[in-house]
Amino acid sequence: MRVRKSLLVVPFVLVATGLLLATGAGAGSQANTTLVFGTAADPVVLDGPLVSDGESLRPIDQIFEGLVSLKPGTTKLVPSLALSWKASKNGLAWTFALRNGVKFQDGTTFNAAAVCFNFNRWYNFPGPLQSDAVSYYWNTVFGGFAHPAAGNPGPDKSLYKGCKANGTGKVTISLTRRSSSFIGALALTNFGIASPTALKKYQADAGTVDSNGVFHPTGTFGTQHPIGTGPYMLKSWSVGDKLVLVANPHYWGKKPKIGTIIFKPISDNAARLQALQTGEIQGYDLVDPADIGTVKSSSKTKILNRPAFNVGYVGINQKFKPFDNPLVRQALAYALDRNSVVKGFYAGRGQVANQFLPPLVNGFATKGVPSYSYNPAKAKQLLQQAGVSLPLAVDFWYPTNVSRPYMPNPQQNAEAFGASLNNSGFKVTFHSAPWRPDYLAAVQGGKAELYLLGWTGDFGDPANFLNVHFGQQSDMFGFNNPALFNLLQKADSETNLETRTALYQKASILVMTYLPMVPYVHSQPALAFQRNVNGYIPSPVSLEPFSIVHFGT
Amino acid sequence: MLRFIVRRLLLLVPILLGLSILVFGWIRLLPGSPAQALLGERATPQLIAQIRHQYKLDQPLYDQYWGYLQTVGHLDFGVSISSRRTVTYEFAHRFPATVELALSAMFLAVIVGIPLGFLAAKRYGSLFDHLSLVGSLIGISIPIFFLGLVLKWIFAVKLGWLPSIGREDVLSNAKHPTNFYILDAIITGNGGALWDSIKHLLLPAIALGSIPLAVVARITRAAVLDVQNEDYVRTARAKGLPPMIVDSRHVLRNALLPVSTIIGLQTGLLLSGAVLTETVFAWPGIGTWLKDAIFNRDYPVLQGGILFVAIVFVLVNLVVDIWYAIINPRIRVS
Repeated sequence: MRVRKSLLVVPFVLVATGLLLATGAGAGSQANTTLVFGTAADPVVLDGPLVSDGESLRPIDQIFEGLVSLKPGTTKLVPSLALSWKASKNGLAWTFALRNGVKFQDGTTFNAAAVCFNFNRWYNFPGPLQSDAVSYYWNTVFGGFAHPAAGNPGPDKSLYKGCKANGTGKVTISLTRRSSSFIGALALTNFGIASPTALKKYQADAGTVDSNGVFHPTGTFGTQHPIGTGPYMLKSWSVGDKLVLVANPHYWGKKPKIGTIIFKPISDNAARLQALQTGEIQGYDLVDPADIGTVKSSSKTKILNRPAFNVGYVGINQKFKPFDNPLVRQALAYALDRNSVVKGFYAGRGQVANQFLPPLVNGFATKGVPSYSYNPAKAKQLLQQAGVSLPLAVDFWYPTNVSRPYMPNPQQNAEAFGASLNNSGFKVTFHSAPWRPDYLAAVQGGKAELYLLGWTGDFGDPANFLNVHFGQQSDMFGFNNPALFNLLQKADSETNLETRTALYQKASILVMTYLPMVPYVHSQPALAFQRNVNGYIPSPVSLEPFSIVHFGT
Repeated sequence: MLRFIVRRLLLLVPILLGLSILVFGWIRLLPGSPAQALLGERATPQLIAQIRHQYKLDQPLYDQYWGYLQTVGHLDFGVSISSRRTVTYEFAHRFPATVELALSAMFLAVIVGIPLGFLAAKRYGSLFDHLSLVGSLIGISIPIFFLGLVLKWIFAVKLGWLPSIGREDVLSNAKHPTNFYILDAIITGNGGALWDSIKHLLLPAIALGSIPLAVVARITRAAVLDVQNEDYVRTARAKGLPPMIVDSRHVLRNALLPVSTIIGLQTGLLLSGAVLTETVFAWPGIGTWLKDAIFNRDYPVLQGGILFVAIVFVLVNLVVDIWYAIINPRIRVS
């Protein structure tokens, strides 16, 4: 009998002792000078030009600064390390007057030579770093390298031509062709200026290439010693556990109000919400729309809205006949009940899109945009006019296992659109696939006839929306429209802001006339915070300075 | 015994070779490419082609496999496509977290499951026995993901007793020379860190241990019921041995033979990564690492990670076999 008693007692004593000791453990008690922010994943590396994912860019944005920045919460360009800038008359040279008295976090001086060192570093990236998967934004904005590896674009494709230091306080960037999106793109976190001394000392570009051609980084700049001029600097980074930033005591600008920022990777959405509720984290991004009500209803937590800087659309691949006929595309636009979808599935956080550009972006057309209100009779009439026998069978694709700001629940959107299409002379067959890479492979590979997709802007420039999608031929849209391509090229190279805006407005209207897709929503993503966190200003492009965040009123 | 161990270790070679072919082929049967996984909406056909070329995915499968075998032969498991860190580094960095969680879960399963099963058998047919059976059934059938969320909601969100995420307090400055946090705390003599680590382990270990606990309890109960009717047990009782001696030396010791096998197998399974538990508790182990690698089509991580896991699984099974031979003198390895 004694054996039985002791056996009974052991587990309960252990569990009870654990729980008793755990009582009052105070999970989540934080010093007021530390803010813990829950992230969806670890950063890849803390070196701006070598990343394109939001989880890397968030801490990088606190450590590094670029020549220009964005006014918090807007897409308006403001001075950062450059106090002012001016383009030459031919638009091929941009001169920046630099801020004086700025030091890098390693104590070295920021000056014109440092700016040129960084631009030349990016332009001279070795072969393995030239891949789009690594230096995506240099490729996208500047498009070429000084010494291209086989298959990569060279100087003939490059927008960047050279950099010249005029003394220590002025720098001139030369371009090979006129481009206005250049200056807006410089606000990207990817083009933050790093300490040349640290880049060399910690061998930012060093690495070996294995037998598979894969680059193995060997330097420690991006993992242990990222040195910029920003308000925070790296203290430690334990992969999978946490990344700790501390305030830069020698920061040239206004001193940060919170001494330590910790980025804690929590991949699961529900786990992030619970960590916020327990107080283990003070904020997180990418709130699941289903959790917004829970966060709002608590007296301890709140929701912040990121301005709508995205577009959700029904893509059309014109390779599939009869969608090469503009009448059929118009019929499709009239057949989609966009209003019901946005009102029904976006919890008041979406607005019906009447064009591809969100209202915040320069070039958004305020008049003259063709309107396509839901009208089944008109859709049928247009289909008949196009000589199509009704109903027109179409394949409609939507992704599974994904929630994007512009489509929180793709299946709901697809089903609602399917119903309105079936009422309007179409006969829908649904196809679904897991978001990545299966669904994206099908859509981007030109296998989907009609599909749900969207885009969130990288920076506040219409080229990042219109030129990226409709500036050249692509498999996913399957059309060739030289007039549209030329107009977008012309708009991008225009340096006069007013003329440029007018050109983009014209392009935006042309897109809605030509209808390579039907935009339906611009939505506001949500962030969640403890109520005592203030000063966090959500940015349309997710560039949020933690240096102005504080606790209490 | 030594010959047996060497032979079993040599068997690893054909097992791993076969497994490498399976994993290699399986990954390449999946649709999509790493480029889409990396860049999402921003992937272009040119980029997809570029990545395929960079990772030699545009070459014939046998060439790719041969190249892969050569690099693995040099103990080079490649670099993760998504994190750009070496597979070996990531595995070494994450495996201790999984080991700590798996062993804690098994510890809970054993110290609760064996007494529970033993008592249920001793009180065969009683209310306690029925309750333990129902409890085991619930333990086996309740989804870990759900159990984890409920445990967190009760003990972290509502009661505030235990933390809900991670391996240690996010403000902790504890040193981690081995990455086994409990061991680290003991080595560095840091009592606060030790308690912090245990606190963080409790909920995930209970969630993960629920299934093995139920299994261990059921197997123990069945084994004890079998053994206690054996002749040698009856003889022991007839000799007038105290019940405690009979139960511990004759019943439990023999009943534990099948239980120890189950414990070994379950431990092997847990060590191969508890995807759901790790996801719910933001536990930085290999389960979430491999899950993310599948979604990211991170070929090097999948190929290397699964090989590592297979090696661990085979080694754990070897240990179980040796242990079985030790505790059961009737079995001798031939």
